[in-house]
Amino acid sequence: MEGRQEAGKENKPSSISVDPQGDSSLQVEISDAVSERDKVKFTVQTKSCLPHFAQTEFSVVRQHEEFIWLHDAYVENEEYAGLIIPPAPPRPDFEASREKLQKLGEGDSSITREEFAKMKQELEAEYLAIFKKTVAMHEVFLQRLAAHPTLRRDHNFFVFLEYGQDLSVRGKNRKELLGGFLRNIVKSADEALITSMSGLKEVDDFFEHERTFLLEYHTRIRDACLRADRVMQSHKCLADDYIPISAALSSLGTQEVNQLKTSFFKLAELFERLRKLEGRVASDEDLKLSDMLRYYMRDSQAAKDLLYRRLRALADYENANKALDKARTRNREVRTAESNQQLCCRRFERLSDSAKQELMDFKSRRVSSFRKNLIELAELELKHAKGGGTQDTWV
Amino acid sequence: MAAEREPPPLGDGKPTDFEELEDGEDLFTSTVSTLESSPSSPEPASLPAEDVSTNSNGRKPAEVVLDDDREDLFAEATEEVSLDSPEREPILSSEPSPAVTPVTPTTLIAPRMESKSISAPVIFDRSREEIEEEANGDVFDIEIGVSDPEKVGDGMNAYMAYRVTTKTSLSMFSKSEFSVKRRFSDFLGLHSKLASKYLHVGYIVPPAPEKSIVGMTKVKVGKEDSSSTEFVEKRRAALERYLQRTVKHPTLLQDPDLRQFLESSELPRAVNTQALSGAGILRMVNKAADAVNKMTIKMNESDAWFEEKQQQFENLDQQLRKLHASVEALVCHRKELSANTAAFAKSAAMLGNSEDHTALSRALSQLAEVEEKIDQLHQEQAFADFYMFSELLSDYIRLIAAVKGVFDHRMKCWQKWEDAQITLLKKRETEAKMMVANKPDKIQQAKNEIREWEAKVQQGERDFEQISKTIRKEVGRFEAKRVKDFKTVIIKYLESLVQTQQQLIKYWEAFLPEAKAIA
Repeated sequence: MEGRQEAGKENKPSSISVDPQGDSSLQVEISDAVSERDKVKFTVQTKSCLPHFAQTEFSVVRQHEEFIWLHDAYVENEEYAGLIIPPAPPRPDFEASREKLQKLGEGDSSITREEFAKMKQELEAEYLAIFKKTVAMHEVFLQRLAAHPTLRRDHNFFVFLEYGQDLSVRGKNRKELLGGFLRNIVKSADEALITSMSGLKEVDDFFEHERTFLLEYHTRIRDACLRADRVMQSHKCLADDYIPISAALSSLGTQEVNQLKTSFFKLAELFERLRKLEGRVASDEDLKLSDMLRYYMRDSQAAKDLLYRRLRALADYENANKALDKARTRNREVRTAESNQQLCCRRFERLSDSAKQELMDFKSRRVSSFRKNLIELAELELKHAKGGGTQDTWV
Repeated sequence: MAAEREPPPLGDGKPTDFEELEDGEDLFTSTVSTLESSPSSPEPASLPAEDVSTNSNGRKPAEVVLDDDREDLFAEATEEVSLDSPEREPILSSEPSPAVTPVTPTTLIAPRMESKSISAPVIFDRSREEIEEEANGDVFDIEIGVSDPEKVGDGMNAYMAYRVTTKTSLSMFSKSEFSVKRRFSDFLGLHSKLASKYLHVGYIVPPAPEKSIVGMTKVKVGKEDSSSTEFVEKRRAALERYLQRTVKHPTLLQDPDLRQFLESSELPRAVNTQALSGAGILRMVNKAADAVNKMTIKMNESDAWFEEKQQQFENLDQQLRKLHASVEALVCHRKELSANTAAFAKSAAMLGNSEDHTALSRALSQLAEVEEKIDQLHQEQAFADFYMFSELLSDYIRLIAAVKGVFDHRMKCWQKWEDAQITLLKKRETEAKMMVANKPDKIQQAKNEIREWEAKVQQGERDFEQISKTIRKEVGRFEAKRVKDFKTVIIKYLESLVQTQQQLIKYWEAFLPEAKAIA
């Protein structure tokens, strides 16, 4: 199955109108994607007039693991500690869809040919939708990097975009995954520790507010995302339900010889239309609502990570202060303590400044994205409700 | 059709007939309405003659010989009416049923109108309207409502009492509007009585709603939750539909048990309806025996119509069952959608609260409101799905089971006739043997038995033909009703779907400016 980039454009979960430096100097897009057995191969195309690159237009083929590698490289880079690292795209997951197609293929003799064809059509559409979404997610990740004044200049990014060969980045093996998992636990424990430390005072109201806000926001948006997913699933379920009903009504219609014939056929037709409608409503809600919520859930997590890093830096700064005081009293290793303290101070301030900017960007990005998606959602819902064709008189 | 004939003299004794007619004009129409629409049934030629000869009216059998002549139908009908009194026991298999000629009701009227004597037209006019109403499916002026479910008593002996209100202008009822309190077992009792009287002669008696031990126990125990109120409402609606169907059946409407059910304030408790009673167990045993018998009867079907119809109903049954299962799934999932939408609405509201950008926060709250309203819509639609669509299907699945039962009774009737014929043959053989053996007393006995069995054979044949005729008419009526029912419901259901869509439009149109207002 091939996914085309144009299709990907409609499905962007966040508005990529973020083009701060008025930039056509670096344009990245996923121009093509191919799904093979277990993996998806993305063709990343770059157009750039930056002097760094050998050509102005070039493309490479990348897989999901290489995106993750790039993301981790950013996260581990101290230089970017004060920035919100765009969340990594989720792993392409066709498992559920594939399973359903397989089950359908195994055959249920009680369903008719038409029903089978329709169900197959539905599943294929689902598969295609998942495919398009994963392309969009990967693309958005790259485009945000390309748009960010600091992040776009990363060496690894250039390598990712340009290096023609395979990056030889294997997926994380079990040990590494476990390690990552443990690191997360340690991080949250650390965060809890730091925040409960009595000595640590948040000096800046802005950050105090942001922290409370983000904590609550993240939880709630996660909730909303989960529930939006369930609504979408219900819509899909309903669409699936309409298939056997429509078929049964049609066969009832063929059996009748009286006026009921037309009634049954009309009702069958209506259910067929409703099926398509529900399917579209489900996929639109998925894209405009669920995906958007999911993206901002991850983005707000990234923002929370930033705040954590800053807090960590503050804690380090405090510790360095204490160490300095101790060194001064003991009059030992004062110089090291001093330089350390200065380092920490500078780091903390650097982080604070960039974090402030980042968080404000996050907010404006969020607001414009929600606006765009909510408007589009409403317009699509209206289109479906009107164009559903149930306005026709049926008698 | 045959040439027009002079109407029977409406002289002697007729005025009284007319009075009776007036009172029992319903009887008249019901008799008329036992007309059969298909002309291909065998002629019960001998039947009416005997029937009339037992009549003290002094009419000569010859005049009432039946053929396809419409006039005779009227003659016969008038005869029948005079036989009848309002308290007359309804048609039983042992008595000859009112004779019918294969004539459609509407074609009846024309010749009648011209050749009547003076007093007749009044009656016939009225009956004509009713006949036409009957033919159009618009029945008699009677409306039944079942309402006000009320819990009576406590604990496991508690039960729900329902108010049955009848509004009618039919003269056979003493009042034009009245109501009584009935409980579920009363309805079952009514059905059981009607079934025992009419099913085996070929009338399609509408089945009563099903028992539900789980549902009732919850109600008895006093759980005041939504599922038990839903259960009560479902049952109330089902009981109402059951009664509506029953009174719309012209023959059943005449039944005194039905009238008693609708009118009398006290009704003897129908204990035989309990599943675990002696009668209940007997019923189950009979059902099993019937099922076995059905498999062993090999009927010589001389009439393709019956085979065709049986096949048709079999197909219809299968498809309705399939559709019903799918619709039940739809109802279930729509309810789930509603619940999920409500949950999402709540979390959207919470998100809106957290959001610190004011315009976005407001838009999110609006989104939450829209989703809540949509949830309401889903609930209403699920309600419509169920009560209009799903319940109609399950009603008809049970009705078709009743139709199949009626066909089975016809088979049993045939079997009885066959058996009588076989026995008669045996008796004749015995007589022949006795003749040869020259035993005069045994011969006499054999001759007696032969006469007895000859009568039984004739009776069997008459019964079989009668039930065949009744079934044909009943099936015609059933089909007409079915078409009407389905059509009405489909239209209503379509309207509900259209309405839902229109409401959705309204809600989203209201939301759109809010989304656009996010600065």
